[in-house]
Amino acid sequence: MANRQEILLTGAGGQGLILASIVLANAAVNDNKNVVQTQSYGPEARGGASMSGVIIDIDTIEYPKVTNPTVLLCMNQASFNKYMPKVKPDCTIIVDSTFVSGSYSDEFNVQAFPITRAAREQLGREVVANMLALGVINAATGLVDREIFRDSIFKMAPKGSGELNQEAFDLGYRLYEEGTGQDIGVSAQTPQ
Amino acid sequence: MPESKPVLMQGNEACAVGAIHAGVRFYAGYPITPSTEVAEQMAARLPDVGGVFIQMEDEIAGMAAVIGASIGGLRAITATSGPGFSLKQENFGYAIMAEIPCVVVNVQRMGPSTGVPTAPAQGDMMQARWGTHGDHPVIAFSPASVYETYYLTIAAVNLSQKLRQPVLIMLDEVIGHMREKVSIPETGKLMVEKSSSNVPSDWKPYDEKGLTPLVPFGFGHYYHVTGLFHDQYGFPTGDPLQVERSLDRIHDKLKKYRDEIMFTNYIGHKEPRVAIVTYGCTVRSARAVVKKAYWQNRLPVGLLSLQTVWPFPDKEIEALAEQVDVIIVPEMNMGQIVGEVERYARGKAEVVPLNRYDGEMINPDQISEEVGRWLS
Amino acid sequence: MAVIEQLTQDFLRTKKLPHIWCPGCGNGIVTAALVRAIERADFDQKDVVIVSGIGCSSRAAGYLNFNTLHTTHGRALAFATGLKMARPELKLFVIMGDGDCSAIGGNHFIHSARRNIDLNAVIVNNHIYGMTGGQHSPLTPVGKKATTAPRGTLEREFDLLKLARGAGATFGARGIAAQPRQLEQLIARAAKHKGFSVVEALSPCPIAYGRRNKLGGAVEMLREMKDSSISVEKASSMDTSELEDKTLTGVLFSEEAPEFSEEYHKSINKENA
Repeated sequence: MANRQEILLTGAGGQGLILASIVLANAAVNDNKNVVQTQSYGPEARGGASMSGVIIDIDTIEYPKVTNPTVLLCMNQASFNKYMPKVKPDCTIIVDSTFVSGSYSDEFNVQAFPITRAAREQLGREVVANMLALGVINAATGLVDREIFRDSIFKMAPKGSGELNQEAFDLGYRLYEEGTGQDIGVSAQTPQ
Repeated sequence: MPESKPVLMQGNEACAVGAIHAGVRFYAGYPITPSTEVAEQMAARLPDVGGVFIQMEDEIAGMAAVIGASIGGLRAITATSGPGFSLKQENFGYAIMAEIPCVVVNVQRMGPSTGVPTAPAQGDMMQARWGTHGDHPVIAFSPASVYETYYLTIAAVNLSQKLRQPVLIMLDEVIGHMREKVSIPETGKLMVEKSSSNVPSDWKPYDEKGLTPLVPFGFGHYYHVTGLFHDQYGFPTGDPLQVERSLDRIHDKLKKYRDEIMFTNYIGHKEPRVAIVTYGCTVRSARAVVKKAYWQNRLPVGLLSLQTVWPFPDKEIEALAEQVDVIIVPEMNMGQIVGEVERYARGKAEVVPLNRYDGEMINPDQISEEVGRWLS
Repeated sequence: MAVIEQLTQDFLRTKKLPHIWCPGCGNGIVTAALVRAIERADFDQKDVVIVSGIGCSSRAAGYLNFNTLHTTHGRALAFATGLKMARPELKLFVIMGDGDCSAIGGNHFIHSARRNIDLNAVIVNNHIYGMTGGQHSPLTPVGKKATTAPRGTLEREFDLLKLARGAGATFGARGIAAQPRQLEQLIARAAKHKGFSVVEALSPCPIAYGRRNKLGGAVEMLREMKDSSISVEKASSMDTSELEDKTLTGVLFSEEAPEFSEEYHKSINKENA
């Protein structure tokens, strides 16, 4: 893993991505790393597009904005269309296949998981899809120590929902370990 | 300084925490993006320490109530952004004139007018200096990180108490909203300027012999506070001699305590040819450039970052200009502080503005490119 | 008489006199009523704070021997709100003019009323901006002339006490400079009232208002003020037709409601306990 990790969490307002970025940043602090978290504010954060960035480094972080993502999460179609073309091939791209379909050049590392659907169907709560996504990301990248991450989630969760959020995080790990399934609408294409 | 476990904290939150650690027990303000989190944090935290939070009917009232509370003896702070900063100016000037301590935070956003409320900018730097009318002194800090926001807020509260001078914290949206890892010292272990209520019986609120502590209302010293020019007891005067003396008084204290007001920081080559001078969030991009250019490549490049922007670090710029060929001044505006740099460079070094005003941060590449041009 | 001399000694900054007010101005009468009211209310001198805005009447703060705070135009109540919240034990009297209070300071006025914060607002209503030479204010009656309404103002005026009551003030009274004893009693009652209290003191400005509107000198203006006003007690037994063109004086309303500074400090003490 390179020293500097730039994680971009994108999707629609209301999917809990800003909160997810804060939870991730918190977990990284607890894992003794340097962290900066930023987000795009404004009307777009209320139902429109939502974007937040986390930079994790063992070195001091100066420029705080994500410029070259090493991890990109796309939780809806619009964000996939917008950010996918902007990343480099070595970026780990995680998409929520509940909402995203489409094709991309096979030189990219795109991994699709039914994140929101799994939250809804297996945990009965769509609202924890964000923690589930963090589970997938951490399983794929090992950004933060898993136990420290679980602890951080528990501490940050509203009273009484700590376990549910941890369950969602663990389910993310399981989805990742099971690999991408049949119902994934994203497909790779060899560049013409 | 004893430090506790590192935590993730937002710039605006660090401002609120710093204020409370410095003994602030009063907040009055009006919600405005991107400063609102300061108010929200104060609303959540002040009751726990027996302090007062009040959301006022408008920005003007927020500034007024802060001054009122300070006269009552509570350390007081308010936070705002562009449009609200404009509205606060009259009463801000009142606090300067009447020598009432208080801290005003401006989390800068894109202007003029309503502008882009959620986009960062550094466009209020000259307003900070000259926004209120009349010929007045100003102290303004500009933090470049969450931790700097914390400690400059404490410094602002202390200085404000000591000098009986309002102090501005000129944050920007980037620093105000970003979260980063910080280690905040435990409360009670900080240098906090103590206010004194024991004063000699011949105490005068505006003693012509020099600074005196402010004795709050309600302790039997029946003095007058006014925005009019006043004598040493606070009573209005139009006498030219007293008017002049009064104006000198509020300016002189900043000169006398310059060393305690002036925070700047130099990093980079000992004998730089190219220097960057900047403040606020732009310092971060500049630091990234200097790290690469000097720490990695040993190029003659340095960065003078200004935590204190007002009063302007004139001597520091003069000294720097003696050393270098060129001073690059990146700012998220169309060129404000660059004029001051030019003034104190006094032709000894070329002064080059580097501006960005599209609501985005100046990035390291932009600065790097300009530095490269001057090194080649 | 001895009492008056003592009051003058204690509560007036005699060295700051003579005052700046014009001959015939009612500000001195209102200020004197205020001083006697403070004495009547029996507050500790060191607990009393006089806050004022900008205008002729606001200069009273400089002549009164308490902690005095002469603020910016229109903002006296906002300064006072901060001070009262910081130091709830202090007794604050906020002197404002009609323009100061109801035009530029109108927002602070209604919100102070809404909060029911324990401030005693004394509005010296001379129907005009006197210090700047006679411009119309929101309390200039329709048709009256001012330098900025040379043909008579077309704007309708506020009924300040109705405005205060509608906004939530819990005490409202009106007195006139022509009846200083009654005015003194009203301010004293306001001082004892817990909550936001408003005393409107009608006061003559023969120079900037009376002359332009051909109302005569101070004596004529005071006489007219007396003739056209009637106490709420007397008015209660008269029918509305008789009361047309009459100005009601006395306590117009007084009610109990939670007071903001006390409620706030109670709430945080609970949290701290």
